[in-house]
Amino acid sequence: MTTLAHRNPAPPTQAALLKAHTKAQVLEQLRIPVAVISSTVFPTLALLFFVIPQEMVTSNPITALTAIAQLALFGVMSSFLFNYGIGIAEERANPWNSYLRTLPAGPVPSTIARALTAMMFAFFALIPVLILGGLMTSAPEAFTNGELSWSRIPLSVVVWLFCGLPFLALGLFIGYLCTSKVAIAVTQVVFFPMAFAGGMMLPPIMFPDWLNTFSLFLPSRAARDIAVQVLSGQGMHASSVLCLVAWTLVLGGLALWANRRDQGRRFR
Amino acid sequence: MKVPALVAERTSEATSNSASNPTEQRTTAVLASVTNASKSFGNTTALSGINLDIHAGEALGLLGPNGAGKSTLISLLAGLRRADSGRVELFGRNPLDPKARLQLGTTPQATSVPQTLKLRETVDFVAAHYPDPVPTAELLADFGLSKMAEKQCGALSGGQQRRLLVALALVGRPRLVVLDEPTTGLDVDARETLWQRLEEYRRGGGTLLITSHYLEEIQALASRVVVIDRGTVIADGSVDEIRSHVAISKVSFKSQLPASFFESFPQAVSAATSAKGITTVVTQDADATVRQLVREGVEFTGLEVHAASLEEAFLALTRHSSEAATETAKDSA
Repeated sequence: MTTLAHRNPAPPTQAALLKAHTKAQVLEQLRIPVAVISSTVFPTLALLFFVIPQEMVTSNPITALTAIAQLALFGVMSSFLFNYGIGIAEERANPWNSYLRTLPAGPVPSTIARALTAMMFAFFALIPVLILGGLMTSAPEAFTNGELSWSRIPLSVVVWLFCGLPFLALGLFIGYLCTSKVAIAVTQVVFFPMAFAGGMMLPPIMFPDWLNTFSLFLPSRAARDIAVQVLSGQGMHASSVLCLVAWTLVLGGLALWANRRDQGRRFR
Repeated sequence: MKVPALVAERTSEATSNSASNPTEQRTTAVLASVTNASKSFGNTTALSGINLDIHAGEALGLLGPNGAGKSTLISLLAGLRRADSGRVELFGRNPLDPKARLQLGTTPQATSVPQTLKLRETVDFVAAHYPDPVPTAELLADFGLSKMAEKQCGALSGGQQRRLLVALALVGRPRLVVLDEPTTGLDVDARETLWQRLEEYRRGGGTLLITSHYLEEIQALASRVVVIDRGTVIADGSVDEIRSHVAISKVSFKSQLPASFFESFPQAVSAATSAKGITTVVTQDADATVRQLVREGVEFTGLEVHAASLEEAFLALTRHSSEAATETAKDSA
């Protein structure tokens, strides 16, 4: 039966651990269909109800692409914030998580696995947005008439996922700081104003000046501008990349601080 | 490094780990050691300069009242927390280093399995952390869980979940298994099954550190008992030694007098009268108590004298914690 180790084979590699953690997390998520469905269909529904009926937006390929990119990033942001913020907070309350910390793996595999899982579900949210956008708006014309290269589409998907990084860090920060009930509330309070002020619901062209200026300092706006630029070839500001990187560093630092603080405080 | 030496020594000690011979075990390799470790949470001192060595092949039972520091001590050994001061070593390394935990098996305290993962997936997942895990099918069969392999963990009964958790502690073929309250809330059958599994693990040369509220469990599984109270070790020895250390006996008889009368006897620790009218005096000197009974001219019938259970010894130890501590110091000098 369960005898002691006789041989002394090498311990599993980080890659093997990462694979095991990712698999477990993906399976856990997939078995809670409500969570999967709500995060994947939300951006698609927003596209269907708020963008498709507006003839003005859908008839122009560039404005259609802008709307698609905005909502795609909206999906990425919600997936990252909710998956991480609430997921981590729930996990902290669960003794299973303490058990996992006694296994011979450092914090890296589970943290990266969580990022990969969040990216995977965000990716699922992007697919229907792209399909619907392709079928029901004039967006494909920008590619068929040769104005834009088709390669922008796969590139956009990758860039969108990376644009979500500051929100991933923000989710971690909230998750390590709050209990799961508080985390749900805080995430929602942070999410909607940030999405709106970042120009993910209404394009920033429609903002009053003061809001536009304020918006340019937000990570959601920077991410939105980059997301729109990479798909439609316009919309980015000189400060966008700098702003996004700065926010990623700041929020990443806060997430790390919250993680340390949490480890120090926790006891039973 | 220490590790190769440990492996070489293991074969010789595996045969000598009989429960009755703790002194011999102390000569075997040290798998884990805690040296002068302290840990506080805010104003609460959980551990104050605790020392403990865990030797290969022994089954160490950790006893102590709630809040004595048992869970904190285990969390230091399992790499969940860092000691404020002092040294903690696991297989010659810092337990916070994941490599130190390759030969460690633990279970969580509460039933907290991931609800939506299937049993097989859960075991596979944990097994993926070890170089040479027990095949999942084999492990599930050993714990009588084969039929449940494709069920989600959330669908298991409390007893099945508990069996799964202990199985998980063994999946990596660990040399040291730490079990924190492994059978809390289990029925007698399920507990017996788990005890059997742990006995098999021990016979295979495994080392066990176990905490339990069930003293019966410690008595059944442990070859060495360490009692901690207020963050330090107050007694350390075999089950028999711990009992004789406090020299506790039970003197029981039928009498008309109230239990409180006997509490004032010299040497008496406590006295109580059962519903059936049998008075039991827990005493540090049964002979003196019986002599006193006779001298006082107490009317009594059905006199019996028993050695105390571990539970009674443990209660006496923690009650006289400060005295016991000086005694331990004297013994080791």
